Amino acid sequence: MTSTTVAPEQVEVGKAWSGQSVPRKEDKRLVQGQGVFVDDIKRHGMGYLHFVRSPYAHAHITSIDVSKAEELPGVYGTLTGEEVAALTDPFFQISSAPGANVKDFSLAVGKVRFVGEAIVAVVAETRELARDASELVEIEYEPIDAVVDARRARDPGVPTIHEDAGGNLMWHGVYEWGDLDAAFAEADRVVKIDQLHFHRFNSTPLECDGALVEFNKGTGQWTIHTNNQFPGFAAIMMGPAMRTGLDRLRFVTQDIGGGFGNKITSHPQLVVCCLLARKLGRPIQWTEWRTDFHLSMSHGNERWFLDTEVAVKSDGTLLGFRTKALDDAGAWLRYEPLGGVIWAQVTPGMYKWRNIRVDFTQVATNKAPVSPNRGYSRMQHLWFTERVIDIVAHELDLDPVEVRKRNYIKVEDMPYETPNGCVYDSGDYAQMLDIGLELVDHANIDQRRADAQTRGKLLGVGIGSTLDSGTNNFGQSRMINPELQFSGNNEVATVKLDIFGEIVVTLGTTPQGQGHETTAAQVVADILKCSVDDVNVRAGHDSYWNSHAGFSGTYASQFAVTGLSAVKGATEMLAAEIKKLAGAVFGGVPEEALELADGTVRIKDNPEAALPFMACGAIINANNAGLPEDLGVTLNCRYVYRPPFQVPDVERKFGNLTLTYATQIHVAVIEIDPETGYYDIVDYAAVDDCGKRINPQIVEGQVMGATAQALGAAVHENFVYDEDGNLLTPNFYDYHVPHALDMPPLATGSLESPSPFTPLGTKGMGEGGGAGIHAVCAAVQDALRGHGDAIVWDSCNPYHRVWEMLNDPKGAGGTVSVTDG
Amino acid sequence: MISTEQTITVTINGTTYEREVAARKLLIHFVRDDLDLTGSHIGCDTGNCGACSMLVDGTLVKSCMMLAVQADGATVETVEGLSDGDELNRLQASFREHHALQCGYCTPGMLMSATALLREKPSPSDDEIRKALQGNICRCTGYWNIFEAVKAAAQ
Repeated sequence: MTSTTVAPEQVEVGKAWSGQSVPRKEDKRLVQGQGVFVDDIKRHGMGYLHFVRSPYAHAHITSIDVSKAEELPGVYGTLTGEEVAALTDPFFQISSAPGANVKDFSLAVGKVRFVGEAIVAVVAETRELARDASELVEIEYEPIDAVVDARRARDPGVPTIHEDAGGNLMWHGVYEWGDLDAAFAEADRVVKIDQLHFHRFNSTPLECDGALVEFNKGTGQWTIHTNNQFPGFAAIMMGPAMRTGLDRLRFVTQDIGGGFGNKITSHPQLVVCCLLARKLGRPIQWTEWRTDFHLSMSHGNERWFLDTEVAVKSDGTLLGFRTKALDDAGAWLRYEPLGGVIWAQVTPGMYKWRNIRVDFTQVATNKAPVSPNRGYSRMQHLWFTERVIDIVAHELDLDPVEVRKRNYIKVEDMPYETPNGCVYDSGDYAQMLDIGLELVDHANIDQRRADAQTRGKLLGVGIGSTLDSGTNNFGQSRMINPELQFSGNNEVATVKLDIFGEIVVTLGTTPQGQGHETTAAQVVADILKCSVDDVNVRAGHDSYWNSHAGFSGTYASQFAVTGLSAVKGATEMLAAEIKKLAGAVFGGVPEEALELADGTVRIKDNPEAALPFMACGAIINANNAGLPEDLGVTLNCRYVYRPPFQVPDVERKFGNLTLTYATQIHVAVIEIDPETGYYDIVDYAAVDDCGKRINPQIVEGQVMGATAQALGAAVHENFVYDEDGNLLTPNFYDYHVPHALDMPPLATGSLESPSPFTPLGTKGMGEGGGAGIHAVCAAVQDALRGHGDAIVWDSCNPYHRVWEMLNDPKGAGGTVSVTDG
Repeated sequence: MISTEQTITVTINGTTYEREVAARKLLIHFVRDDLDLTGSHIGCDTGNCGACSMLVDGTLVKSCMMLAVQADGATVETVEGLSDGDELNRLQASFREHHALQCGYCTPGMLMSATALLREKPSPSDDEIRKALQGNICRCTGYWNIFEAVKAAAQ
């Protein structure tokens, strides 16, 4: 039985709009097929672009011949890596050396480094012709051995992927806080885990990447209609590479068919489109094929945790840990090695241990480049901390619930400064766990375990505790590279009153289904004391609107903080201006004597004296003779929200890296069939706390979606490579994402612990679903207790792996040992 | 010589179109690119995702699995034909009320699959609803709210 608050609450008139499940403004167009997604945009004479991609994981390119392709009738032209290398500079690298030395162009130059890497772009009159012509491009290769196992990437004799970097090491850094020696001296027991592996997957948004790019020869400007979800980042990557100012790169989006972080790093493809739009003098249309997406775009960070040691007291009190984290970055650093620091936002997980050492290495391999994926880098680290908790509980024969409660940071400790200087703003983890346990009827779990056994099933229960850190302090990038000049964060909104009193809002964000138009309208309506129906929030993003800043976009759990705080700031400016104007019109009435109500500004003591917004807009915009010279009112207000951050201490790797910490506790109950390894999730609870909820139904929708993605990743989704670097799961046939029949019963719960650090008490949210991976791993581990006691060491546990763990517990699982401290 | 172009006549949402199409053009590309009915979407290359679902002579099909020329003479229904003017039909309104969509990319296909189900079985069981939606992938919602929306629309 699924229990969720699916039906919308009745919208109460007269009550604050914020906090109510207002139906989404976006939906009316989307349920009628009237959304405008990038592939829906057409231009006269446009050419369709198709990429010729590498069949080899690692090879020198000895020759490229595009002549036969160009001769095919209907083909408009081509672009090769050689041309790209002449027309552009390599993309700016975030990494310090050796990764800094990698030379990354938007098409392969001289060498290919993963199966699916783009080598040549072909443009033709139709999609079909572009594909036909791509078949006529002749490329000769000299294959090189592929590097597919990150653990072997730096072994002697292993081929070098980037000669410019002098080897396969891309980035290395040591993070250490507290006193590890003292912690291990104090420990009663030391738990050693030889290796844990977080697998490679991503969120596979249903719409693939794409663009429609036009070049205006007269102004030298490109208009880039695209579904890139972080245009601010794309612009700073593309501008210097294309040797052009950012004003010449206009980014436009309306509706985006899911992003989940996977649509941040499409800047190489966008550069190719720009170059071809200029070269061929016609609009260029590119829509990525599903197989191309799987082969080449934004895989989530695959991470190993090697030689982990945990210092623990006999009662389960956790003192600290040390581990060697090894990130498999794939072939290019297109957002990396930021994953090498992003995890530090949640260094201790939800626990009070103070002594932590992470020796972090990132290497290149001949696989698709990794880039942000929902829960980016924190999910990997939190999976690790949750695995550690459950393995410690398993080895010391302690109750995982009790170990968590003993070590959770407590509500009275909030705000809590972590060992590395992050500040957890609010939350009550233990209470959330109790809610989750109750939702799955944990009180009767022993009885249910016995019942399952009579049916020949192994019942397991697992908990996933996780944090969704939001609103980045980009200063953390300096821990990766002290030379970088990024810090803080920002977002922009404009709110204006137009001639007929229309309230018009523009956002700097690029929503992909998060309902920004709706929640922004709720915030505006509360301040202007009008209906959400009166607030027009422009759909999408356009860098011509002047409503964007360097960090504008939709990523990293921040809209409810950065976006809505910008909206709040701009609306408050507008409200003050409306009062100022009315005060002047009423003949010098002070602002304090005025109030906004029902779409008017009126005198508090004389509500009959009211000026409708329509009159305000008309006076300023079209009937302004006689207004005081120094009035200073435009009724068009732009506000930039800037969170209160300092530049972190790079030497100590210490500082506040994110502003808010939404929290999720998931609990899974599974039943395994020991004959086959098949298991069902028979009960599932997801409890979320993201501070003040502007629209509870939208929040719950995010919780559900993130949960579904986590369950897919926990059981099925895996980008698997063979030893030659061929991706074995390059489409939805082989890469199984959950379908309607796969979904378990779900119960959702929530708490509201307002953030003391944000203007609205909100926290960014939407990425906390990784808890589902942790919970399923823990549930499998629990079910195997007394049935071989295998250690769940991989984050993906399809049925065959569970069968292996049951049948060869020592061979299939990880190796764990416990010694006295 | 075998012609690679063919003239076809298709009636979509009540409007009859006569067009010359390449014999190899997929129905979904014909509808989206040639007729500019962009409500139906494409999410995969392999017929797995269902974003392009439409009704052809009353039968639910994934229109990326069919050539445009195969639809010659057919009556086709797409998401654009569901509402009466600007008035959402019961199923569309239910999707909105139940927050059964986020990005909205899979939604047109979902709506067409649910439409086909409810025409055949006005009061489907829970399992029948899930099976009817099995061919449509959604990456945003986890399906729970889509299920609830279809169930509510059926009652």
